[in-house]
Amino acid sequence: MRIAREFLRRPTAVFGLVVVLLVVIGALTAPLIAPYAPDEQLFDGLTLEGAPIGPDAAFLLGTDTLGRDLLTRLLFGARTSLIIGVVANGTAVTIGLGIGMLAGYLRGPAGNALMRFTDLMMAFPALLLAIVLAALFHPSLWIVAMVIAMVNWVQVARIVYTETRGLVERDFILAERSLGAGHGRIVFRHILPHLMPTAIVWGTLGIATTVLLEATLSFLGVGVQPPEPSWGNIIFESQSFFTAAPWLVIFPGIAILLTALSFNLVGDALRDILDPTQRGRM
Amino acid sequence: MIELILRRLGGALMILFGVAAITFVLLYALPADPAVQLAGRSATAQTVANIRHELGLDQPLIVQFIHYLGNLVQGDLGRSYTQKTEVMTLILARLPATLILMVSGILVEVAIGLTLGTVAALNRGGFVDRLVMTVSFVGVSAPQFVVALLLLYVFAATLQWFPMSGFGTFSHVVLPALTLGVLGAGWYARMVRSAMIDVLNQDYVRTARAKGVAERAVILRHAVPNALLPIVAMIGIDIGQFMGGVVVVEAVYGWPGIGQLAWQAIQQVDIPIIMGVTLISSLAIVIGNLVADLVAPLIDPRIRAR
Repeated sequence: MRIAREFLRRPTAVFGLVVVLLVVIGALTAPLIAPYAPDEQLFDGLTLEGAPIGPDAAFLLGTDTLGRDLLTRLLFGARTSLIIGVVANGTAVTIGLGIGMLAGYLRGPAGNALMRFTDLMMAFPALLLAIVLAALFHPSLWIVAMVIAMVNWVQVARIVYTETRGLVERDFILAERSLGAGHGRIVFRHILPHLMPTAIVWGTLGIATTVLLEATLSFLGVGVQPPEPSWGNIIFESQSFFTAAPWLVIFPGIAILLTALSFNLVGDALRDILDPTQRGRM
Repeated sequence: MIELILRRLGGALMILFGVAAITFVLLYALPADPAVQLAGRSATAQTVANIRHELGLDQPLIVQFIHYLGNLVQGDLGRSYTQKTEVMTLILARLPATLILMVSGILVEVAIGLTLGTVAALNRGGFVDRLVMTVSFVGVSAPQFVVALLLLYVFAATLQWFPMSGFGTFSHVVLPALTLGVLGAGWYARMVRSAMIDVLNQDYVRTARAKGVAERAVILRHAVPNALLPIVAMIGIDIGQFMGGVVVVEAVYGWPGIGQLAWQAIQQVDIPIIMGVTLISSLAIVIGNLVADLVAPLIDPRIRAR
């Protein structure tokens, strides 16, 4: 309750939450509210010269180079972004939690080895790695999600590791251990709950990063493949026309920006509220 | 100091070895076959086998890896499959363009980030502070390629102030550097603000104010130098990320740097180039962090004393 009240007191956080909800509703109800079918090349969707049509009454956001309705494709694209955002980031946070917690709890050579591996992953050029992997596999929605997860878990692991190290030293864990609690009980009943704020914050902030990365991969043509719509590949398909039809870049661009921004605003507010030591700083 | 440098260099070598090993395994385990790619669509199985033999791809993975490491130690990154040139030569030829882009991007980031972060910290909690924080969030949430395309649309296609793409004069650098710098500046602004707020609450700042030091001097002499530390750390990270991560900006602006080299190589499954660029980028990340660690004591005497 306190969290909800503090959250609602922040105008930017509320704005973020509203946009996130709108995007989620738009994605869920896309087949119902979209004016056309996403792959339908409309008969009157192109001008007589074969150029895309700008925003007007029939096509609120205009049409693309194949005469498909842009608003419809953006609504269906929201599904792609959210699926990848939730799946990829959920996987990344889970891996990060697992490795960070294990390394922080075990300490010793095993914990050290895990953290050395994490450091190694940090020295990888993340975007380049994602592009290479996505390009050389045959890209699909799930491959893209897994590639992003493989690149994004590292930061979470680092933070969780530091927090777990601190927790393991605390008295209540020592007490629990001297009462004879097993490793499983200590880790899942006592350490994991303390890490939930971190998991929630990164579960939100990470979606912003993921949505941006997916859009970037799809823009380069190595992400989600057309005709399946994604905000990134809509821009990829129309970039050579963008001086003639700028709405094909502007509207999907706004969709990506607003979605990433909103997840960032919500995550930032949650971090402030859940971790008072960070209040008013970053 | 010398010991620290040696220890860090040793660690850096281990990391580079690890990066090489992982990249190698990943690239050879992938479904894309460079021999098939090179032979073209109508090639016979014999042609593909010949190419595979010629490139040494028919040997066991471990043999290939040891061979690769042996060459690597001598500074040899192998030969490109498609361009029949040394990978090192190709990378060195592209390096200056990427470095120019990197330096100008970082300059823009630091200039904007330092200014906005300082202004926000001085107005903490006020309207300006909230505005700066929100704007910086917009910056870090904006997709690079969209901003790049929009800048092209407005300033190159419509206003024609800058060329659409290419390399060579100052006006070619402006839009790519702005794309990198304006978006990255958000993180810098947030870091600087956070560091400055910490400092402005310190006793020695209060003392300085109490003994009548002008506010301007308090900020420039006492507060700003403390904000430099996180900036140096951020620059260290950016050096690495920009080396491997400017693929998008280089692709949109037709900038002939390492990112474009990598991008072409990825499309042609030219594994030696992909390996080479990954290693150079990792090297840059490691060097970037190392330099940041070494510069920190020069800026902050407290670290020197430790």
